[in-house]
Amino acid sequence: MSTTPAHTSTLQNVERTKTVGTAAENAILAEDVVEPDAATTAGSVADSSLPEVQRVVILAGGLSHERDVSLRSGRRVAESLRGAGLDVTVLDVDASLLSTLAAERPEVVWPLLHGASGEDGSVRDVIELLGLDYVGTGPRASRGAWNKAIAKNVVLAAGIDTPDYVTLPQSLFRELGAQPVLDAVVGRLGLPLVVKPNQGGSALGVTLVTRAEDLPRAMVDCFSYGDLALIEKAVQGVEVAVSVVDGTDGPRALPAVEIETDGPYDYDARYNPGRTSYFTPARLTSAVAARVAQTAVDAHVALGLRGLSRSDLIVDSEGVPHFLEVNVAPGMTETSLFPQAAQAAGLDLGDLYRQIVSQSVGSPARAATA
Amino acid sequence: MSTTPTHPAQPAPSGGTRLDPWFGAYAERAHGMRASEIRALFAVANRPEVVSLAGGMPYLEGLPLDTIADAMQRLVATRGTTALQYGSGQGAEELRERIIDIVRLEGIDCHPDDVVVTTGSQQALDLVTRIFIDPGDVVVAEAPSYVGALGVFRSYQADIVHVPLDEHGLVPEALEETLTRLAAEGRRVKLLYTVPNFHNPAGVTMSLERRPRILEIAQRFGVLVIEDNPYGLLGFDGDPLPALRSLDDDGVLYLGSFSKTFAPGYRVGWVVAPHAVREKLVLASESAILCPSNASQLAIATYLETCDWQGQIKQFRELYRERRDAMIGALSEHLPSASWTVPDGGFYTWVKLPDGLDARSMLPRAVTARVAYVPGTAFYADGSGADHVRLSYCFPTPERIREGVRRFAGVVSAERDLVEIFGTSGAPDSDLTDVENPGPNLA
Repeated sequence: MSTTPAHTSTLQNVERTKTVGTAAENAILAEDVVEPDAATTAGSVADSSLPEVQRVVILAGGLSHERDVSLRSGRRVAESLRGAGLDVTVLDVDASLLSTLAAERPEVVWPLLHGASGEDGSVRDVIELLGLDYVGTGPRASRGAWNKAIAKNVVLAAGIDTPDYVTLPQSLFRELGAQPVLDAVVGRLGLPLVVKPNQGGSALGVTLVTRAEDLPRAMVDCFSYGDLALIEKAVQGVEVAVSVVDGTDGPRALPAVEIETDGPYDYDARYNPGRTSYFTPARLTSAVAARVAQTAVDAHVALGLRGLSRSDLIVDSEGVPHFLEVNVAPGMTETSLFPQAAQAAGLDLGDLYRQIVSQSVGSPARAATA
Repeated sequence: MSTTPTHPAQPAPSGGTRLDPWFGAYAERAHGMRASEIRALFAVANRPEVVSLAGGMPYLEGLPLDTIADAMQRLVATRGTTALQYGSGQGAEELRERIIDIVRLEGIDCHPDDVVVTTGSQQALDLVTRIFIDPGDVVVAEAPSYVGALGVFRSYQADIVHVPLDEHGLVPEALEETLTRLAAEGRRVKLLYTVPNFHNPAGVTMSLERRPRILEIAQRFGVLVIEDNPYGLLGFDGDPLPALRSLDDDGVLYLGSFSKTFAPGYRVGWVVAPHAVREKLVLASESAILCPSNASQLAIATYLETCDWQGQIKQFRELYRERRDAMIGALSEHLPSASWTVPDGGFYTWVKLPDGLDARSMLPRAVTARVAYVPGTAFYADGSGADHVRLSYCFPTPERIREGVRRFAGVVSAERDLVEIFGTSGAPDSDLTDVENPGPNLA
């Protein structure tokens, strides 16, 4: 149970009712897009046709830079699933994991690992080796989504806009000298730029660079997280996150969450509740909202994602969504965007997570391997 | 019920939600409390794969746990109704009597009435600051200084002014100069905070020659000295040094702790304070926590009575000396480009990184390499310290220490490459004055 004071809950409930109303008024949503009430109905209908899952193991923690976030995500999802009547064990990723999984043989494993090994597909590979069903995207597609440059190329080929970019390894700067390379980058992409590790999440190592002289520092900061940097044009516009959930009749977008911060949406803004304002659904015209939802669903499909995903997009002043990156294990903490979107859609988190778990039984990737 | 808050909370822009509806309602003193990227990185520090040279955790496997278990069992069986009951705000008398014997080892002659037991010496810091510091009052602290103390001073909105230390501890001339300057500026300096023995994080010890000089200067400027001494009995050579408090009964508040010499889990520390101050400390403590844990206090009193605690401390000293040697040896072998202090006791060495490196922006790389340290910036209130790291040798075995230093040296070398390529260090945080408090197990 949440420790939020009672009157705060009331506030949130009122807020939620309002939000749902607004979403309904905006009901112009494309076919694949969840309209809140329909989603709830679809959820309960789907439930009856889906296998009843009892025992779930959640993987959380790991050794990545995002261990802390992952542990919190794991606890939140475990709590919701237990509330929905499931038997849930949360396991860290360590030397005892495989023997525990082999002994427990859970019906479904939910890897809620953020960062390397959790999102790059490798842990999913191992779960497949054990012949267990799991929530979410298979290893190969995870690898593609985790690599921001690959993901951008894939969605671009699918007709989705994404900011112009370049990926550069640290070794290149040693060979060619930093300044000439950075000059070429600025010459080609202009300013402002966003520098980020090609692999990684939670905005770790990410810098918005508005002045060329700040670029070297941003590069150093980025390379501390990994050997490959992605530098992309910073698109001005509304920042939205769109969660996508697979339903029995295909992937559906949840209402877009618009993010407004009094500064960059950095680590503190993400995990320090209060510094950021969220608008769900995003303050977009109905046509643009539909386009944004469709973009997230298209990205989900193009990248071969399964179960759930969250795409981060910027909507420019023309209403065009630009794909930034996608998460195959979106954050599920108390400040994360996926649960906010689900709640704004009027979905109960326990029901939704149970549905996600149930749908993972007999996951296609395993069938393919088997 | 109205949804318009009547409190000063800052509502989200129309139509939006803030996940914290009380954003804007927090007191000014809470404004520095932020989610920190660096703090999040420490989440991996306690995993067994990571060699943590970050934490100040004593090596509890060195304790005779069976003997302690018997003593605890007997305590609850025979005196359970006392041990589990509320106790005195000042602390259990039988423990205060024992504390007198302990501080006598450092030349302090005092009465059990002069002692206030606290929930760790961290609470003592909180109480002292609470009763002395108004927002804007100045606390003078060594540069660098214990991260947990800086956090307390900030939370009471003190202005922290650092004074340099060298291999002989706080520099008296610099102290005098600083106090003179502050007086000329008309600022109210209330406290001088010092860790004289086996400094956290600097690893240095205030020389005997400097001690009376520091006290004389503080007295002349009317500044109360906080002597924080959790490591005093953990010197590797010879007898404990005389405490500042042994030289000055009225001008020094002495803070002691069982956390490093016995076990931090009990959370028991103490203050030795002059009469009037002590009365206020007791009242402040009662308003904060009513009384320190009786169970913890009686457990420690039982331990002191039934176990060879002095022999135990001697064992710890040998153990930590061996680890210090392992660390210093490994640093000499793997990291000749850096320099460091060689502590005569305690848990830490203070390492100056090769020029141009930033200890904070290097931390993600260290996590990838499975080694953890505390960036030097944690130990300054003014954003400096990025060129230093604190390495602790108290918890890992000598073998792990050597492995950790080897990994750390690899991280430093990779970061040097990077800095060389770009001609600058990283810029990990926009607000350099943030205290990156690494959390209790790392403080």
